[in-house]
Amino acid sequence: MTLTITLKGKLSALVIVLVLAFSVLAPLVYPVDPHGVNLDSLREPPGIFTGHLFSGHPLGTDQEGRDILSRLLEGGKISISVSFLAALFAMTVGVSVGLVAGYRGGRTDTALMALCDLILAFPSLLLAIGVSVVLPPGTFTVMLAMASVGWASFARLIRGHVLVIKGSQFVDAARAVGASGPRILWAHILPQCMPLALTLMAVKLGGYIITEASLSFLGLGAQPPVATWGSMISQGMAYIYSAPWIAVLPGLAIALVAFCFNMLGEALGDSGAATNYWAEAAPALRPGKVGPDRQTP
Amino acid sequence: MGFAVYLIKKTAITVLLLLGILFITFCLTRALPGDPALALVGQRASPRVIAAIRRQIGADRPFLIQYLSYVKLLSRGEMGRSYSTRREVLGEIAQKFPNTMKLALAAMLLAVPSGLVLGFWAALKRGSGTDTLLSSISIIGISVPVFFSGLLLMLLLSLQLKLVPPSGTGGIRFLLLPALTLSLPSAATLARVTRTMVLETMDMPFIKTARAKGIAGWRVGAVHILRNALIPIVTVMGLDFGSYLNGAVLTETIFGWDGIGRYAVEGIIRRDYPVVLGSILVGTSVFIVVNMFVDIAYHALDPRVRILHK
Repeated sequence: MTLTITLKGKLSALVIVLVLAFSVLAPLVYPVDPHGVNLDSLREPPGIFTGHLFSGHPLGTDQEGRDILSRLLEGGKISISVSFLAALFAMTVGVSVGLVAGYRGGRTDTALMALCDLILAFPSLLLAIGVSVVLPPGTFTVMLAMASVGWASFARLIRGHVLVIKGSQFVDAARAVGASGPRILWAHILPQCMPLALTLMAVKLGGYIITEASLSFLGLGAQPPVATWGSMISQGMAYIYSAPWIAVLPGLAIALVAFCFNMLGEALGDSGAATNYWAEAAPALRPGKVGPDRQTP
Repeated sequence: MGFAVYLIKKTAITVLLLLGILFITFCLTRALPGDPALALVGQRASPRVIAAIRRQIGADRPFLIQYLSYVKLLSRGEMGRSYSTRREVLGEIAQKFPNTMKLALAAMLLAVPSGLVLGFWAALKRGSGTDTLLSSISIIGISVPVFFSGLLLMLLLSLQLKLVPPSGTGGIRFLLLPALTLSLPSAATLARVTRTMVLETMDMPFIKTARAKGIAGWRVGAVHILRNALIPIVTVMGLDFGSYLNGAVLTETIFGWDGIGRYAVEGIIRRDYPVVLGSILVGTSVFIVVNMFVDIAYHALDPRVRILHK
């Protein structure tokens, strides 16, 4: 099966890759210390407004005179990697649970799906806040908090799909030649589920970016002096009238990356191969019907 | 199976679900690293005072006993008192819930008409520039976090134009800003769902029949298409309304709106267990009840959905 992706999907992927590449390569491309406090250059407006685009600070400085561009790059590295790892973690757990629940059926299925319903009924941001408070604040905690809420939707989706393909002839054939249960799950059913799981992951990533930003906005993410987009906004809020760029620039960064992930998710969902899966296994979850992961208000 | 049986079954499941949620919340609160007794009296209190407070709030008893005694408390219709303010949690929630309700209703009032109109409009102009523009706007609506759009709206409407106060709880002037903020992602989601559903319904044979019979275009749109596209739309509305009643945590925090979302977050941060347990319990119950009404609405909207026979 081939995944054909539309032009807007490719463009979105390109933007994400560029942002990530610049963030990771920041020490080489833009070697400015994101934590360097400079009391001589407090709240300098972005270079476009002052005319010093290539000298000094291209995107201005914040309330402590730190360079905003270098902080945005550091935040981007954290934001994208944490969201991606959280989605990957949620997918791994969710797919495993979904496979077992769908294949075993019976009481195992009932119990695991009841747990999923429980997680899905729980106010997700509050649960994530709860987990973030239990563990010492930091990027790992945020990742764990997001994954512990996020796995349930993967599990539900994959379980539904396993129920559909469990009855296929190739599964019967595998069983007839004596393949064990784990072998059937791993070698025959899992590959059939992966396009669906990866598509859901792409659809969800935009929402994960926003959740990560929300948690760090509330002060539960990476701790100072490390910059995250969410914490940059919450610190910049006090200067929203006198120096709006401090809060507005990281906000635009979140919106841009979330927008690209949502576009990519939609493009993947629209692509030929995935459409069949959405239609048979999860019509209610098809992109455009429920859309990307709903953000917690 | 009658309607009463459906209600009883659903209520039983709901109670079980709530007990489960209560248990998870309980595990989380007991896992919190801070000691509520220490948080109350500070580090310098004598060990004897701390021990006395721990005994008073029941923190010295085994975990399962604490859980069961909380369930017993609930069965008497109480939720205990806040550790820090000593006020009745149930009373506080009863006082804050109407605010959350007001905010949720106002947000839905803004989101539903605009989402439906935009979605319908995009579907009628399928493939055109208008469609692309509207779809892009709706993806932007989903991609901008509320704490950022709220900030921009605050900057524009209250600091620049001085139309409304920037934050606080009160009448319609205070309500406008948070409600508008909250309605943006919801309107965007609704517009997308409406567009997809209207496009799907438009291709169905019965719409062609209706048109062939000479029924006016607007009437086909309003009666035949909308009615059939309504189920997923109602689902999204229910999910959004339910989660707003859960307390719009971020929006309430930014705009200083005195609702249960902010109450819950403050409780979590202050290690105020009764507050956390109470607000999460009330929030999730409301969420589940709203979704139950959505189930019932399916039945009324589309006779093919038979919730009663399941």
